[in-house]
Amino acid sequence: MAKKRMVQAINEGIAEEMERDPSIVLFGEDVHISPIGDTKFLIDRFGAARVLNTPISETVMTGMAVGAAATGLRVICHLFYGNFIYTGFDAIANQAAKLRYMLGGQVKLPILFMAMIGGGRSVAAQHSDSMHPLLANLGGLNIVMPSSPGDAKGLIKAALRCDSPTFFLQAAGRGGEAGEVPDEDYVLPLGRAAELRRGDAVTIVAIGSMVKPAQRACDELAKLGIAATLIDPRTVVPMDYDTILASVACTGRLVIVDEARKSCSVASEISATVAERAFHTLKAPIRRVAVEDVAIPYSPVLEKAVLPDPARIVAAVQSIVQREGVAQHA
Amino acid sequence: MPTAETVATRASPGAQTALPFSTETLLDLYARMSRIRLVEERLAQVQSEGELPGPVHLYIGQEAIAVGVCAHLDDADWIASTHRGHGHFLAKSGETKKLVAEVYGRATGVCGGKGGSMHVADVSKGILGANGIVGGGIGLATGAALTAKTRGNGAVSVGFFGDGAANQGVLMEALNIATLWKLPLVLVCENNGFSEFSPSETVTAGEIWRRGTPFGIPSRAVDGNDIVAVYEAAGEAIGRARRGEGPSLLEMRTYRLRGHVEAEKTFLSKSYRTDEEVEARRTAEPLARVRALLREAGVDDAALAGVEARERAEVDAAFEYAANSPWPEVDTAFQHMFA
Repeated sequence: MAKKRMVQAINEGIAEEMERDPSIVLFGEDVHISPIGDTKFLIDRFGAARVLNTPISETVMTGMAVGAAATGLRVICHLFYGNFIYTGFDAIANQAAKLRYMLGGQVKLPILFMAMIGGGRSVAAQHSDSMHPLLANLGGLNIVMPSSPGDAKGLIKAALRCDSPTFFLQAAGRGGEAGEVPDEDYVLPLGRAAELRRGDAVTIVAIGSMVKPAQRACDELAKLGIAATLIDPRTVVPMDYDTILASVACTGRLVIVDEARKSCSVASEISATVAERAFHTLKAPIRRVAVEDVAIPYSPVLEKAVLPDPARIVAAVQSIVQREGVAQHA
Repeated sequence: MPTAETVATRASPGAQTALPFSTETLLDLYARMSRIRLVEERLAQVQSEGELPGPVHLYIGQEAIAVGVCAHLDDADWIASTHRGHGHFLAKSGETKKLVAEVYGRATGVCGGKGGSMHVADVSKGILGANGIVGGGIGLATGAALTAKTRGNGAVSVGFFGDGAANQGVLMEALNIATLWKLPLVLVCENNGFSEFSPSETVTAGEIWRRGTPFGIPSRAVDGNDIVAVYEAAGEAIGRARRGEGPSLLEMRTYRLRGHVEAEKTFLSKSYRTDEEVEARRTAEPLARVRALLREAGVDDAALAGVEARERAEVDAAFEYAANSPWPEVDTAFQHMFA
């Protein structure tokens, strides 16, 4: 165990898996230089035949990822900013997410799509989206959203051993955050949430980039005498509903924090599922803390106004914890 | 229209031709083309009788291309195809009965009834499948070529696409990356004159084969209804790819004798071509031309009839197999999203 930055942990995970599995190839725009650091020096270690710098051509990159995976390679397709998923979306939605299905299970598609998503750095609307709900709705893609360097390593190694297309979505601008990273061959299961805190007043589920503000919110809530359980699902697909439902059964209250736009967000999906499966355990309405249905603005003042932050999470918790009884929530 | 030097045809059609292969090979190619024709004609018939659950896009008139190209490939090579993909499937040794059963939506279909006409694929034979997205196969074929290059096993990837798909941006991206990386990729455009319901010249600027020349890769137009010209051009391009000399672009000029999709006249508000045009183009259809070549080579009508009878028996058996196959178990609708 040693303290490492997020991008180092990701880099280490990829390198260990490329060492272990010679069928892995990595391609993407500027992956040899690695402006965000996660693929740094991999070309020196594994060579230009396995680490391929591509033109800015997401349409063929995603199609090529599917074709290469279907014919026997294990592919890492690095898309850089999440918004570039849209320029390569055809083969993601029409091939990667359904080729195995359409072919009656004839192919495995071991593809790891990497991208950094979310706002907070004044790069405006075309570089700040969180599109995990869009991807989740396709049905055939795993979606990994790590919140710490340790998880990032364990999850990317798991994703590189998984035979289905998997998105690894790191929070943009958080690559420098440090955390403990196991040195050994550390592989986390996909679909297992982490309970980061335990308290009996409320369950907070925070997704990816939202775990950090949720932790701060938990500190604030603790000062107010409100003990929160904090759950990090770690993967959006598969979603660990067992852990969420078990926690809600104890606390009776649920707040979900998601950096996606609220309509059809993963927060909405978790909310619907908990309401369907465990309505009787709820003592208060479910609250979603997400981005209102606007694009992400450029000016820091405006951007701060739309992104979920600890204060909004605290306010959402207070709105269902301080007052008891269903009637008062109408 | 193509100039004489860009469209590869044999020097003097009609004259005694020196074939680049034996008469037996030509008979073999003819058999395969016949099989495709017979399957497609029968599909047209059963479609009109309401026997098929979904739409079919038929390959009639284009058989020389799939057969002439795939004659150079084996199971270790890859193809990615189009929504008009039955011919490629059969040309690359896909089983007739599994194809027909798939189009019938039956459990015995090559995809278990999950894909249908637009997704017939047999990965064990290097067939990545027909594709419902126009241009969808281009990216897949490029990826298969990357696998072949990475493995260094001499395998080749062929991406079939239509003139309509030539207007998708992915073609430019694939040409660029395949050239840069010297991928063993052969891009085969089947220009059948129509981009769905639009005559090609109304939606396509310039000549498609010329789109390869800025990348410096071998690019040419070929008479796609001439099995010998197709065979020779494909052999050259596939040979280059196999030797590690990089990609090629071939524009096969052909003509779509059926509609974009069967029964289209029941919903189209206007026609996009005349019946006279279709009949005029039928005179150059590829099967008749192979038959003429075979006769030139001394094959008699009885031998031709023998090939046809054999293929017809195979096709009849395939349709009977399909029609009598069970529907898929409903549970399978919920399988195969994840590995």
